[in-house]
Amino acid sequence: MAEEQANGFKSGSNLEKILRAGHFAVTAELGPPQSADGDEIRHKAHLLKGVADAVNITDNQTAIVRVSSIASGVIAIQEGLEPVVQMTCRDRNRLAMQSDLLGAYALGMRNLLCLTGDHQSFGNHPQAKNVHDLDSLQLVQMVKAMRDEGIFQCGDPIKGTVPRFFIGAAVNPFGDPFEFRPYRLAKKVAAGVDFVQTQLIYDIPRFREYMKRVVDMGLHEKVYILAGVGPLKSAGAARYMRDKVPGMIVQDVYVDRMEAAVANIPKEDKAGRRDAWQAEGIKICIEQIQEIREIEGVAGVHIMAIEWESAVRPIVEGAGLYPRPTVE
Amino acid sequence: MIVGEQKPLEEIMGLLGDARKVLVAGCGTCVTVCFAGGEKEVGILASALRMKSRLEGHPLEVDEATVQRQCEWEYLEALRDRVGEYDVVLSLACGIGVQAMNEYFPDSITLPGINTTSLSLPVEQGVWEERCQACGDCILGITFGICPVARCSKQLLNGPCGGSQRGVCEVNADIPCAWQLIWDRAVKLGRVEQLMQIQPPKNWSRSRDGGPRKIVREDLRLVKNE
Repeated sequence: MAEEQANGFKSGSNLEKILRAGHFAVTAELGPPQSADGDEIRHKAHLLKGVADAVNITDNQTAIVRVSSIASGVIAIQEGLEPVVQMTCRDRNRLAMQSDLLGAYALGMRNLLCLTGDHQSFGNHPQAKNVHDLDSLQLVQMVKAMRDEGIFQCGDPIKGTVPRFFIGAAVNPFGDPFEFRPYRLAKKVAAGVDFVQTQLIYDIPRFREYMKRVVDMGLHEKVYILAGVGPLKSAGAARYMRDKVPGMIVQDVYVDRMEAAVANIPKEDKAGRRDAWQAEGIKICIEQIQEIREIEGVAGVHIMAIEWESAVRPIVEGAGLYPRPTVE
Repeated sequence: MIVGEQKPLEEIMGLLGDARKVLVAGCGTCVTVCFAGGEKEVGILASALRMKSRLEGHPLEVDEATVQRQCEWEYLEALRDRVGEYDVVLSLACGIGVQAMNEYFPDSITLPGINTTSLSLPVEQGVWEERCQACGDCILGITFGICPVARCSKQLLNGPCGGSQRGVCEVNADIPCAWQLIWDRAVKLGRVEQLMQIQPPKNWSRSRDGGPRKIVREDLRLVKNE
């Protein structure tokens, strides 16, 4: 089976077309609710419509039960968004994954992000059994083989419509061993990934060093690299990410700036402090995008405004990335 | 070795229910070496049960016995004349020993007094770290002698997840990241390129996922063609 469709695209998704056309891509993130509230998904979709080329739908993010990424993706499509379905290896074995992939494609989804998944001990079901039948790299291989060879993981042919996803993965330039990280990306490229999104960047010098190694290895010519950014919500949130979140590095300058933003606002003025923090968080994020955009090999940004989807529009506008291009 | 740790006394009392006469049965092999269920631990637990039951006003009659290996029929024979005298046997052997007792003495009830936790290495006196999951398809030959199936919290086969930082696992700082260990060893041995090969999906059917496992060695069997 041919690797590409007649029109030359692997999936034909908007995100693929934007990247292929050489535009600086913008993706955002939509976190589904911890209830069966479809209206909340619609509300978040409304906030993101038109400001991102595609929107990641998280899959039981931080191991907390939420509306499934595929079900949320259906609503996102109804609301005019293009979803990037996130799929972790934590909750499903290879049967469930392939079954969901067939379903997601049948429902109109065209982008997939293959993830390991946060450990369940972080979430609200720490006694759950984890699966990890495949790792994220093997998931990439499986999705690629379904698309390009028309086969299931077991080797059986898919009789009929083949799911054709634009295949993504995550990379963390801030995890250890640092020396291994560019090689890990190289392995994901060899497995067949089309695009990657990075962990939240709050240490641009380290990201720059990572990208230098990636470019030296020529990987940026084989995979689209979207840099992960996100607005800080408060000084406390910045400190928490710096001190408590595994796999993150937050430079002190960001914590200091968030603290300075409310230095002259009394503690009792909660609304005033919140507004000042949010304004500074958005400002920092815009500056980061402008700086990261200049780094060789970066093909776009992935904006993760967690439980703060309304911040994405001012960030995209402020960074000069609005309106989003249209491609055919 | 097989490692276990004693269940909380409250849980054991609950398991014993209304039994009045109890035999605490230890094992002289793995659980002796890991100080969970040998002769000494049998003595301590038996004393604790006597005291606690007396304090609660329903004194138990508790006897002690330790065999060399509860997981082999021939060593259980030593208990044959005794088990019938008790309402229950409380075994401090691993899960294999407890099941062997129940199979060998089907008219008696043998309860577990320890939780069997892992196949572990005693890295120092009093500290046991898990090293093997008995997955049935050993990959230590490609991971420089460090097992990611047993030692990576997500059993990743192609490198570390994003949660590895400063050498430790995201789950908690007491767990060394298996992939950091593998990487360090590969660097030290000058064989980093070995980690660039993509490991395909693992055949979990050789692990517990394929159903309970059984090994038959015809060359060793005394009764053929059964």
